[in-house]
Amino acid sequence: MEALSVLAIPLCGGIVLALWGHKTWAAELGALMSLATFIAAAVLAVRIIDHGPLLVAQELVFIDSFNVFLVALTAFVAFTTSLFSRPYMRIEQHHGKLSPNMLRLYHSMFQLFTFTMLLALTTNNIGILWVAMEAATLTTALLVSLYRTPASIEAAWKYFILCGVGIAQALFGTILLYFASEKVLGAGGGALLWTHLNEVKALLEPTVLSLAFVFLLVGYGTKVGLVPLHSWLPDAHAEGPTPVSAVLSGLLLNVALYAVVRCKVLVDGALQNHMAGNLMMGFGLLSVVVAAFFLSRQKDIKRMFAYSSIEHMGIMTFAFGMGGPVATFAALLHMTVHSLTKSAIFFAVGHASQKAGTQIMERIRGLIKLSPAVGWGLMLGALAILGMPPFGVFTSEFMILTATMHSQPWATPFLLISLGVAFAAIFGKVQPMVFGETSVQRLPHPPALIPVFVHLGLVLMLGLYIPPYLADWYREAARLISP
Amino acid sequence: MPATLSGQLINLLAALLLLIAFAMITQRRILSLVNLFAMQGLVLALSTLIVAYSTGQGHLYFSAALTLVLKVMALPWILYRLMRKLNVQWDVETLINIPSTLLVGIVLVIFAFNLASPISHMAGTILRSTLGIALASVLLSFLMMIVRRKAIPQVIGFLAMENGLFFAATSSTYGMPMVVELGIALDVLVGMFIFGIFFFHIRETFDSLDLQHMEKLKED
Amino acid sequence: MSLLEGISYQLLQSLLMVLLAPLMLGWVNQCRAWLQNKSGAGLLQPYRVLRKLFHKDAVLAHNASALFRATPYIRFGCMWLAAGIVPVLATDLPFSPAADVIALVGIFALARMFLALAAMDIGTAFGGLGARREMMVSFLAEPALLMVFFTASLISHSTQLPTIVETLAHAEFVIYPSLAFAGVAFLMVLLAENARVPVDNPATHLELTMMHEAMILEYSGRHLALVEWASAIKLLTYITIGIALFLPFGIAGTGHWSALPLAFGALLPKLLFAGLGLALLETLSAKMRIFLVPEFLGTAFLLAVLGLLMHFLLES
Repeated sequence: MEALSVLAIPLCGGIVLALWGHKTWAAELGALMSLATFIAAAVLAVRIIDHGPLLVAQELVFIDSFNVFLVALTAFVAFTTSLFSRPYMRIEQHHGKLSPNMLRLYHSMFQLFTFTMLLALTTNNIGILWVAMEAATLTTALLVSLYRTPASIEAAWKYFILCGVGIAQALFGTILLYFASEKVLGAGGGALLWTHLNEVKALLEPTVLSLAFVFLLVGYGTKVGLVPLHSWLPDAHAEGPTPVSAVLSGLLLNVALYAVVRCKVLVDGALQNHMAGNLMMGFGLLSVVVAAFFLSRQKDIKRMFAYSSIEHMGIMTFAFGMGGPVATFAALLHMTVHSLTKSAIFFAVGHASQKAGTQIMERIRGLIKLSPAVGWGLMLGALAILGMPPFGVFTSEFMILTATMHSQPWATPFLLISLGVAFAAIFGKVQPMVFGETSVQRLPHPPALIPVFVHLGLVLMLGLYIPPYLADWYREAARLISP
Repeated sequence: MPATLSGQLINLLAALLLLIAFAMITQRRILSLVNLFAMQGLVLALSTLIVAYSTGQGHLYFSAALTLVLKVMALPWILYRLMRKLNVQWDVETLINIPSTLLVGIVLVIFAFNLASPISHMAGTILRSTLGIALASVLLSFLMMIVRRKAIPQVIGFLAMENGLFFAATSSTYGMPMVVELGIALDVLVGMFIFGIFFFHIRETFDSLDLQHMEKLKED
Repeated sequence: MSLLEGISYQLLQSLLMVLLAPLMLGWVNQCRAWLQNKSGAGLLQPYRVLRKLFHKDAVLAHNASALFRATPYIRFGCMWLAAGIVPVLATDLPFSPAADVIALVGIFALARMFLALAAMDIGTAFGGLGARREMMVSFLAEPALLMVFFTASLISHSTQLPTIVETLAHAEFVIYPSLAFAGVAFLMVLLAENARVPVDNPATHLELTMMHEAMILEYSGRHLALVEWASAIKLLTYITIGIALFLPFGIAGTGHWSALPLAFGALLPKLLFAGLGLALLETLSAKMRIFLVPEFLGTAFLLAVLGLLMHFLLES
């Protein structure tokens, strides 16, 4: 019941807002819908913790401890983003960048996007997982080009085509997976259900599965933003509205990585070797290194944080690829803190660039003078994402580094150098934006900064103290992924 | 060598599918491209029908009908309408000249065949060799998307890629489960509408459907 | 089958090819005329042209070398040889072991090389131009032709044309997708090699476009007659090779006189149909710009290679 309402609320929200999204109260309605989704997700999470995995709707929906925390995280970030977008979009409308019809599109697509994310997370059917991932591209493509500027249309086209092509590779991988499982499980719907596949994974044909995994990794990896398939990501983040950048970085990338990890579990079971993990480590490390070195060359603030997202997705992919309880635990934790921090940063960045009237970092100066909250939000967010203690990112990165030194020592210098380069690049650019002589103006509507500090507060808490039930939860999920 | 007549017919249709994929690469005119795409859909529907008939898988009749309606009628119709509304007929420019593209295409086909051959030998279906062809036509459509500069051929390439994937699904596994297939069809249809919206946006903003104008966002 | 019978059958076949070649050309031209709503010059017109040319004196340029004079005979000889060894009426003949497909390609190449050399021998602009274009076409067409032959020989595990025909004609009914590809490629090569529309136009002397006609512009009298006749034989040989590879049904096994009527009866409709098809194709298509010819032949090569790949993938 909770599982289905998690899906039904945003779907209804999307339909309702498609009809009335241009009204003035649409933003509040959207936030309300997101809140309802979050409450349903929270109830669901409590239920899963108490009663264990859940399998409903003719086995089509499956929730275990791995995806339930992502469901809760997704619903939470979607909720805070909807809170943030309420004043943000008003200001944009006030600046004449958006019309009521565009807002209707935005509100409706935002709900539908949440729906597709949650569907991808909760579905038990690998085919539906694909369908939901593709639908996520479809819902966000028009959001990226919401401003209808040449650059945003170009970014959206690139996003749509590249992710479309990538996701087509994933479909081929899914077909191969079905091809292998059909021999064991027989034709029909059962052969694509993850729970069934997980039971017989040792019997699946290894050659087919290794090929399938390559396609799945390339396909979903495009959406994760792994180098060299990342070129859509900075454009889409920079040109789309900031709430969309926040959910792309905070949610979509996570869900795509979730898809890869789900597939990896099956492939590991069938292959009995480390091929899938090695591939992921390779892609992950490459993403970390390349993104870190691209960071210093960025002029656009959203673009820079988009590269930072690529870097962090690389770290997670690397950690998941490495496997083992510690690395997987750390990767899950990193997924959580990165989502929270990155969306908080985008919230702050959104208001900062609204105040400065530009996204070019050189022209944003002295935020702290005029609006200390935005300035401190940006500064603390940047420090958090750079892995400064005592924020949660430090904890997870520290664990990942420890695990790397333990099992893959050769990769440690690459990771450390990249983290250092990223620190220098981001800190060097954020610092003058926050402090110094001011160049920014006041906003026509009060900005929404509560989400920023709630997120950062959570990240801080996770850095200092992981509640035992949450740690159990991570441990349980890590055990599922990497036994 | 597949012994049954239906197996041979499907092999023939698979060969045709690949041939159409190649023809798409050589084609300069957008109109012919749309026609080829419709033809590819027809071949796909026919092969699905034959697989359905020879294996007795009931749901494949349904997906053959779905293919026929979606890919032979609806999508080409939308494309025709878009072309008439946007007033585009020609597409002369390709990024690489056509003979070289064809040579690259051959290399891709060999690559695909090699990749698929270990798997093809395991397929218990009557159609064990078609997986390589499906993969090859996916890669060829991919190539077409890379070498075309205009928006509509890119989209046709995208849709043709989906055709190749669909063929892989029907030929190697007798089709995906119905719910997945419906989902994919829905995605393709919605995707087509969004492409259509994009065409108008692109033309409104750039006064042309030439994607050369859209190379501003680069790393400097 | 006695040796004598075999040899006489062989002789009859090659003579028939040489003598019927102009008739085939006449038939193609006649069909073309009909398709274009013209009355046409009649089936026998090529013979009349040949007779007229043989009665005329041959005029030679002052600086023509022996090569120039020998070329028509060499070319005619080559074509006769090629026409003689292609299995047309029967597969098992005394000369059959010579009918290797690679050798066939070599014989055609030999004839072409001499013609191109002769075209450049006089030193006129047109000759050189025609030779250059001819070499460009053939350099692209030959690999495609070889690929077509390889596809067919992979199916029968032999490069002997008679063996290939034997295998294809007497196997049970099987659809070969590879042969469908090879067939289209072969048709394209046939058009290019025989200077037909859309690659070349045998009916005009338009300097910008002509290839074959540019090469033989300096020939006259009996030399021209031989060159033209050789071209007619070449066309017929190509058509019969095509029939042998792709429609071999009805061909006789050994060279028995008793099998002759049946084989001939099977061949004749195929030839008539091929001529009609060729004329139809020529009528429907327009001559392409010379810069598009590489693309056309590149496509032929591609199709042939695809046929080959198809064979490995689908039929092995």
